[in-house]
Amino acid sequence: MAKYTEDDLKVELENKEYEYGFYTDIESETFPAGLNEDIVRAISKKKGEPEWMTDWRLEAFRAWSEMTEPEWANVHYEKPDFQAISYYSAPKKKDKYASLDEVDPELLDTFKKLGISLDEQKKLAGVAVDIVMDSVSVATTFKKTLAEKGIIFCSISEAIQEHPELVQKYIGSVVPQKDNFYAALNSAVFSDGSFCYIPKGVRCPMELSTYFRINQGGTGQFERTLVIADEGSYVSYLEGCTAPSRDENQLHAAVVELIALDNAEIKYSTVQNWYPGNKEGKGGVFNFVTKRGLCETNAKISWTQVETGSAVTWKYPSCVLKGDNSIGEFYSIAVTNNFQQADTGTKMIHLGKNTRSTIISKGISAGKSQNSYRGLVQIGARAENARNFSQCDSLLMGNNCGAHTFPYIENKNSTAKIEHEATTSKIGEDQVFYCNQRGIPTEKAIALIVNGFSKEVLNKLPMEFAVEAQKLLEISLEGSVG
Amino acid sequence: MLSIKNLHASVEDKDILKGINLEIKAGEVHAIMGPNGAGKSTLSSIIAGNENYEVSEGEILLDGEDISELAPEERAHKGVFLSFQYPVEIPGVSVTNFIKTAINEKRKANGEEEMPANEMLKKIREKSELLEMDRKFLSRSLNEGFSGGEKKRNEIFQMAMLEPKIAILDETDSGLDIDALRIVANGVNKLKNENNAVLVITHYQRLLDYIIPDFVHVLMDGKIVKSGGKELALELEEKGYDWIKSELN
Repeated sequence: MAKYTEDDLKVELENKEYEYGFYTDIESETFPAGLNEDIVRAISKKKGEPEWMTDWRLEAFRAWSEMTEPEWANVHYEKPDFQAISYYSAPKKKDKYASLDEVDPELLDTFKKLGISLDEQKKLAGVAVDIVMDSVSVATTFKKTLAEKGIIFCSISEAIQEHPELVQKYIGSVVPQKDNFYAALNSAVFSDGSFCYIPKGVRCPMELSTYFRINQGGTGQFERTLVIADEGSYVSYLEGCTAPSRDENQLHAAVVELIALDNAEIKYSTVQNWYPGNKEGKGGVFNFVTKRGLCETNAKISWTQVETGSAVTWKYPSCVLKGDNSIGEFYSIAVTNNFQQADTGTKMIHLGKNTRSTIISKGISAGKSQNSYRGLVQIGARAENARNFSQCDSLLMGNNCGAHTFPYIENKNSTAKIEHEATTSKIGEDQVFYCNQRGIPTEKAIALIVNGFSKEVLNKLPMEFAVEAQKLLEISLEGSVG
Repeated sequence: MLSIKNLHASVEDKDILKGINLEIKAGEVHAIMGPNGAGKSTLSSIIAGNENYEVSEGEILLDGEDISELAPEERAHKGVFLSFQYPVEIPGVSVTNFIKTAINEKRKANGEEEMPANEMLKKIREKSELLEMDRKFLSRSLNEGFSGGEKKRNEIFQMAMLEPKIAILDETDSGLDIDALRIVANGVNKLKNENNAVLVITHYQRLLDYIIPDFVHVLMDGKIVKSGGKELALELEEKGYDWIKSELN
């Protein structure tokens, strides 16, 4: 029988190499493996940081040394050896490039493979890209347009040099150094990341976009992002990630802090597609991220994430609704396949009056993966009339995967209204056959069903990102119905 | 156009079809009637390529080509359409998006370009009007929360969009009130021409008042036991299936 069965498809997909699994050979300067105070000082020195920054890092390192790795998440993995990791790696050419011609052609080639060539990005209307490759920013575009509005969009290293007053005031104000094990580690050794400041009353005219990439084998990546939206301002920030295929596990422990001052709004969207490991569950990125935003009065923060990659994900983008009438939103699609494990969700901390939060979480599990939603809704004693709506939907493919929901609710105010809805469903053979009968092949049918399932969240993404996200969903789930 | 020869099929080792022969020519309307459990829906599923059934013997030819080993989507690309008795829900996928995907997949398989958006919209408008469908209906999630009548109307709408060679209508009249039945039947009649054919599978004669068959076949216990013209349906209505049973014995 010449028929192409689902099993054939599975085999093909399992053998298909990770789409973005290539490796760029660019000379790098890498620190020896291991972590101690000297390494922390050396990182700080390398970056020419002021003393307060060095001290801040050291403080974090000392706190981290006393901490133990958290074990409460519903994930199982071999803990990284933190002394076997090199904590700094930078492309050797340290000068900033004035034009694309000066950029290492191999680097440009990498970007092209990723489908985000600078050429294209430059042409793409309204998107400024700050590319972080192996921890040091190598190119920043559209800077001038932004500068005219007083918007600062640069690497965090640059911000430490040029806007120390802003960095010093806000860094660690939402995610303190001692917040958790990985945040402390990040605070001690962060190599680079992005910084963004939107002045009072300014509406950022374009989506700000950062592409992250882990490139050097055995190099941990510790990004630090700080976004400050001053009173009455608005910004939409996009973060997209891919990583080349690697055999050993790579640790990624980023920290993202958002500060939305009175009447400000921040939209933060992420598409994450790091190497998830091979079909036996070998390799893949460990993604232990701390993301949190603080809302002052009438402010709003929306987190939207599409998580398809990483071997292990531990991530809870959260909102501290400190100001009265502030709003927090969390829209998430988390896809796991093969042996991937994800424990992700959000925390909505209601402190102010009339604060509102919405959580829409869509978990899709396939293969032998485990997908957990973990969310906390906390209503403080002073948070009169706080309101939360949570919806957690899980879609299962096949019989070997798992979907778990861990909703926590802590309410200290009797005027609060908290709603939680949850569903679990499975892609049915009858749905696939129906699509097949209409001429839609199984692979495409699954993509269609999954996109439909995820629609409420996809709709929250900026247009160009939504397209990319849809493609990612298709790639991650091909052939996983069973 | 569609020619079924000595078709035997089973599900979980239970024989359901026991040697079906059927010859449908272009421009014809055939009806298959029969009591519950006779194998009517099995036959339609097998023609469409449902892999839950095991075809043990026989062949299904479409324009002379054996399609019995083809995947369901390949049969669809060649012009087989099944209007489901129980259409499934696909949450979050709009009627428009679904049909657009289906049409473009078919075109891709046949080496054609995607249908331009304006042409698609025009066609959608035209066909939805034919089935007296509300514009709002098109942006709703496929079959989600649809009434029985809406589901069937949507099936015929898809048929109108895809323009199949052979359309199999599996119990399309079930769950329809008289108005919806008229609209659906009217749609089918308008779509029928000398280049395509329709196979109506039904339990009752009612639908055949609207879609007039050229031939009526009676399916009982996995075999076509009697064939005739449209008057056979009326006779069945009057005398019931027991009449045939006794005639056979």
